[in-house]
Amino acid sequence: MRVLADILRRIRQSRAAVIYGGILVAVVVVAFIGPLLSPHDYLQTDFDNLLQRPTISGAHFFGTDDLGRDSFVRTMLGVQVTMLVAIVASVVSLLIGVTYGAIAGYVGGRVDAVMMRFVDTLYALPFVFFVILLMVAFERNFFLIFVAIGAINWLDMARIVRGQTLSLREREFVEAARLTGASTARIIFRHIAPNLIGVVIVYVTLTIPQAILVESFLSFLGLGIQEPQTSLGALVDAGVNQMEGASFMLLIPAALLAVILLCFNFLGDAMRDVFDARSVR
Amino acid sequence: MLRYALLRLLGAIPTLLLVIVLAFLMVHAAPGGPFDDERVLPPETAAALAEAYNLDEPLHRQIFNYLFGLVRGDLGPSYRYRDYTVGELIGNAFPVSLKLGAMAMLLATVIGVAAGSFAALRRNSVLDRIVMTFAMTGISIPVFVVAPVLVLLFAVKLQWLPAGWSANDSVARFMLPVISLALPQIAYIARLMRASMIEVLASDFIRTARAQGLGTSAIVRYHALRPAMLPVLSYMGPAIAAILTGSVVIEEIFGIPGLGQFFVRGALNRDYTLVLGIVIFYAALIVLLNFIVDVFYGVIDPRIRRR
Repeated sequence: MRVLADILRRIRQSRAAVIYGGILVAVVVVAFIGPLLSPHDYLQTDFDNLLQRPTISGAHFFGTDDLGRDSFVRTMLGVQVTMLVAIVASVVSLLIGVTYGAIAGYVGGRVDAVMMRFVDTLYALPFVFFVILLMVAFERNFFLIFVAIGAINWLDMARIVRGQTLSLREREFVEAARLTGASTARIIFRHIAPNLIGVVIVYVTLTIPQAILVESFLSFLGLGIQEPQTSLGALVDAGVNQMEGASFMLLIPAALLAVILLCFNFLGDAMRDVFDARSVR
Repeated sequence: MLRYALLRLLGAIPTLLLVIVLAFLMVHAAPGGPFDDERVLPPETAAALAEAYNLDEPLHRQIFNYLFGLVRGDLGPSYRYRDYTVGELIGNAFPVSLKLGAMAMLLATVIGVAAGSFAALRRNSVLDRIVMTFAMTGISIPVFVVAPVLVLLFAVKLQWLPAGWSANDSVARFMLPVISLALPQIAYIARLMRASMIEVLASDFIRTARAQGLGTSAIVRYHALRPAMLPVLSYMGPAIAAILTGSVVIEEIFGIPGLGQFFVRGALNRDYTLVLGIVIFYAALIVLLNFIVDVFYGVIDPRIRRR
C-alpha cells in the first residue's frame, strides 16, 4: 500500500501526467455517464431522421447515423468498448510479459538465452496478420480479441522486465532474501516484482494506445467488434462510407480516437520522466 | 562479410518455418471446413471436394504437402476465386502494393531524416518544438484516421486530388495513398533521428571536427549523418512491417487492387488458402527485407560484423 501511495504522489507532481491523465479520465467518465442521461439507446433506429447533422439544442447531440441511430450514444459506446478492450488486452500482456520476463531474467543462463531467443523469433513475425488469421479461423468474439491483442503486446514488456530483473537480481537485498532461505517464487513476487512497478507503469501507459490501435484497426476492417456493438474503429469505418454527405460521422469518432491516443502517448512520456526509467529506451 | 550474411540467412529459416507451421495449424484448427456454406452438400460431393483439396489426409501429411508445394512456389488453389491459384492472385496483386510501399518508404526515410536532423540542429527552439509536436501527433494517429481525413479535405472538399484509384491518371492517384501511408513513419523516423543526431553531435569526434574549424553543414554531412542514421536503419525492419500493415487499410480505403485488398476480402470471405498464402508471403517478405537491412547494417557499421 505504501508503494502505491508513493507512486501516486510522484505522478501527481508531474503537471503533464496530471493534465493528460485528467483528460483521459474525463473522456471515460463522459463515455460511461453520457449515455445514461440520453433518452436514446444505441440500437433504437429512427428512419425519419437519417444522417441528421449534430445540433447543440436538438435531440441528437452528435447527429444520427445512416440508420437514424443516435450518434452520441453510439460514439460513447464506442469509447467504452475501445477502452475496455485496450485495458483488458494490456492486462493480459502485462501478466504474460512480466511473468515471462521476470523468470527469464531471474533464472538467467541457458534458460534465459532460449526464452529470449524465442521472443526474438516472435518479434520478426507480422503479428497483426496472425491476429487477422485468428479472426478468420474462429468466431469473432470479445474474448478472442482480448487474447489476440494481449498476445501481441507482451513481447516488449517481457524484454524490459527481463533487463530490469537481471540487474535487480544482483542487488544486496535479493541476496539477503536468498540467504534467509526464501524460495525462488517468493523472491520473484515479493522482492523483485515490487521494484518493477515503475517500469511496468511506464510501459503499460504505452501499451494501451498500441492495443487501441490494433483493436480499431481490426474493427475498421470489419474483423473486430461486430454490429450492432461498436468501437471507435468501427465508427470511423462507418464514417468513411458516409464521408461525402455527412462528414461529421467520420470526423467525430476520428477526432476522439486521435485525442485518446495522443493523451496516452503524452502520458507515457510524462510517466517516463516521473520514473526516470532510463532502461526503457 | 559473406559469412555474416550467410549466418543471418540461416537464422531466418527457422523463423519462416515457425510462421508457416503456426499459420497452417491455426487455419486447420478452425471450426468448420472451407466448404461449409449455408447450403448442405450431399456427402459424396463433400467427400469429393475433400479429396480434391487433399483435406482427407492426416494432418502431418497435409503440412508436408503444403511445405512441399511451397518449395516449388505452389500455394494451392483459392477456395473462393475458383479459377485462380493463390500464387496467381498474389502475383497479380503484389506489384501495385510494392510500388505503393516502396514510394511510402522512400518518402518516410528522406523527410524523416531531414526533419529529425533539422530539429536536432535547432534543439529546444520553437521550430524544434513544432516539428516534435507534429511528430508525436503523427505517431499517435493511425493510418485509417489520417487517410479518410486527407481524402475528405483534398478530394471531397478541395477536389485537388482523386479520392479513389482512377484508371488513367498515374501520379495523382498515388499522392494521397502514399502520403497517408508515409506520415506515421515520417513522424517516427524524425523522432529517432533527432535523438540520435543530438547524441552524435555531443560526441568527441564532432568536437574535434569543430575544433579543426569545419562548418556545421560540413560536420553534419561528412561526420554526423552516417553514425546518426544507424538507429533509423535498425528501425527499417519494423517500419517495413508497419507499412505492410498500413497498406492493408490504405488499399481498402482507396480501392487499390493490391495484396492488402485481397487479404481483407479473403479474410471476410473465409478464403482459407488465400489468407494463409498471403500471411506466409508477407512473413517471407518481412524476413527477407529484415535480412537485407541486417546485411546493410553490417556494411555501414563494421563493428556489427565482428560480433
